[in-house]
Amino acid sequence: MSSIRADQVGGRIVDNTTEVPGTRAPLVLNMTTFGQVTAQVSKVSEAGRAPLAWYVAFAGSLGLLGLLGVCVLYLIFTGVGVWGLNTPVAWAYDITNFVFWVGIGHAGTLISAILFLFRQKWRTGINRFAEAMTIFAVMCAGIFPGIHVGRVWVVYWLFPLPNQMEMWPQFRSPLLWDVFAVSTYFTVSLLFWYTGLIPDLATLRDRAKGRLQQVAYGLFALGWRGSNRHWHRYERAYLLLAALSTPLVLSVHSVVSFDFAVSQLPGWHTTIFPPYFVAGAIFSGFAMVVTLAVPAREMFGLKNLITLRHLDNMNKVILVTGSMVGYAYAMEFFIAWYSGALYEKFAFVNRAFGQYWWAYLLMVSCNVITPQLFWFKAIRTSIPLMFFLSLVVNVGMWFERFVIIVSSLANDFLPSSWEFFTPTWVDIGTMAGAFGLFFTLFLLFCRFLPMIAMAEVKMVMPAADPHHDEDGHHHGTPATGDPS
Amino acid sequence: MSRFLFPRWSNALLPALAVVGALLPLYVVMFVAYGFSPKTLEVGYQPTQPVPFSHALHAGELGMDCRYCHNTVESAAHAAVPPTQTCMNCHTAVRPESRKLAPIKQSYESGLPVEWVWVNRIADYAYFDHSAHVNRGVGCVECHGRIDQMEVVTRHEPLSMGWCLDCHRNPVDNLRPVSEITNLAYDQRTELTYEERVALKDLYHINPSENCSTCHR
Repeated sequence: MSSIRADQVGGRIVDNTTEVPGTRAPLVLNMTTFGQVTAQVSKVSEAGRAPLAWYVAFAGSLGLLGLLGVCVLYLIFTGVGVWGLNTPVAWAYDITNFVFWVGIGHAGTLISAILFLFRQKWRTGINRFAEAMTIFAVMCAGIFPGIHVGRVWVVYWLFPLPNQMEMWPQFRSPLLWDVFAVSTYFTVSLLFWYTGLIPDLATLRDRAKGRLQQVAYGLFALGWRGSNRHWHRYERAYLLLAALSTPLVLSVHSVVSFDFAVSQLPGWHTTIFPPYFVAGAIFSGFAMVVTLAVPAREMFGLKNLITLRHLDNMNKVILVTGSMVGYAYAMEFFIAWYSGALYEKFAFVNRAFGQYWWAYLLMVSCNVITPQLFWFKAIRTSIPLMFFLSLVVNVGMWFERFVIIVSSLANDFLPSSWEFFTPTWVDIGTMAGAFGLFFTLFLLFCRFLPMIAMAEVKMVMPAADPHHDEDGHHHGTPATGDPS
Repeated sequence: MSRFLFPRWSNALLPALAVVGALLPLYVVMFVAYGFSPKTLEVGYQPTQPVPFSHALHAGELGMDCRYCHNTVESAAHAAVPPTQTCMNCHTAVRPESRKLAPIKQSYESGLPVEWVWVNRIADYAYFDHSAHVNRGVGCVECHGRIDQMEVVTRHEPLSMGWCLDCHRNPVDNLRPVSEITNLAYDQRTELTYEERVALKDLYHINPSENCSTCHR
């Protein structure tokens, strides 16, 4: 059983990206029984050794994580002056990275909550690691506002705690709303992810050979025995959490956009920001899911569970949200002209043709032109192309935030204070280090937790359908081949 | 296959876990609010001074005015700690040979100041002006307590930001006639009516500022 190769089970390969009228495209390929799914997914965390590629990737991620530690400690002991920030550019890489990582997180919640409520069955193959990605991305995001305050030791002032100063955070400030939005988001995402994990953790517990694994998985499986009552409560809890998470998909990045939109700065003070930011967040999040899914299904042999159809669907989401982002870019320019506001007009002309023209050009070519390539099915279903394009989208979305934040600040109302932002090595090191944290956590997750939601994938297999009739026999009757 | 399930007795822990989970955040909030407060950490601070000087004797029994020693209090931000020479104004004649006065005598001869330990100290990032307060009816006792009854000076008030703001937001109860400024036994809450204290507020043009730069300049 341990020698099952993902792409060889059953010996046949099906193209499930083509729609055949009257039938549902299979979402699990080359597998007929539930046991095969369990064996294949559990094998990843049960194997004594991970694939070589895992060790290489993990070493690289740990190195970057170390760099993050060095940069953050240097910042704490020296002060925020080690970044390239100064008047008038008081936000640059720090908030760019914050918005970038929060945005990445949105795909996980969309897949786990909204697609669940809309009964999109293809979500089951990718929801587990997309949710994990959300949690790790929000952790990376949380670092930046935490350290950019300078005096990290009083960072609890972000929260409205009674204190000797009789001071409260400014409740009228979107920065405080942001604290609530992001911490709620993290809590609900974590609960949702963990609730979904419980049946699968119990599976790993029951299969574990070592006592350590039995106890560790057993503790977190919370005594799950798969009884009818357990399943009933689990399904209820999952549905409720999905309903709780759904508004968060829209609200969190709306609130993040308020950080800018509520201010008076031309280039930030824009009513289109909330929907525009949400579309951008889902756009970048799905790009990151593709970036992670492509190597993960290669590395752990999960191509029959994360099929080409899953990737094809995600590329369609990238196409849709990418087009929304492109529309928002155009609409910003239209409104800048239509408003007749001098400063607003200047901000946008300056954004495209000013000192940050190169960043703007990069952003537009990555975010507007790239997703349009996904109109072609050949590109949507080409693994190397979609991997490359997903990286391009990630780069483009990072630059989108950079352009919005820095180009608006650098050339504000007072020309005498205009400045060109130059990052220091600490800026760049912290940005790279956040990727280290993200990939370290993600690789640990892949290695030790079920990367595919086994219990949920089984529900979308033909074998879970009570009317399952593949071999021409009816449920409960012997397989005689009698069609009646 | 032996699988790990929770033993039966662990069911009894569930309600306890729920209670702890619900109360822990509240405990943390209260811990920060009260545990980290200067009311807890600062009030009652009573360091040992290099000289066994008794305010109870000098300011209480002998009735010396605060301003005899702390002479800059009405004209400067800082209320001066007196130089050794001020002590010696009297102590060249009064008990010059007392053992308790040995450090004073030593300081007087060597010219090196006595290293008094600062008790009612405000953080460096907060600006405070004594003259602005004592010239407009805020008595010494409001912040320093009954110094005239202290053998060893003890911190009486938290001197925290919230404590400052309490008075800046509602100064009326803490105002007395300037003539009674150093009278530590005087209590305007019993000696004066509310209306009289409000009249003092108008008389001294008291309109306390609460913005950040009032104290953090």
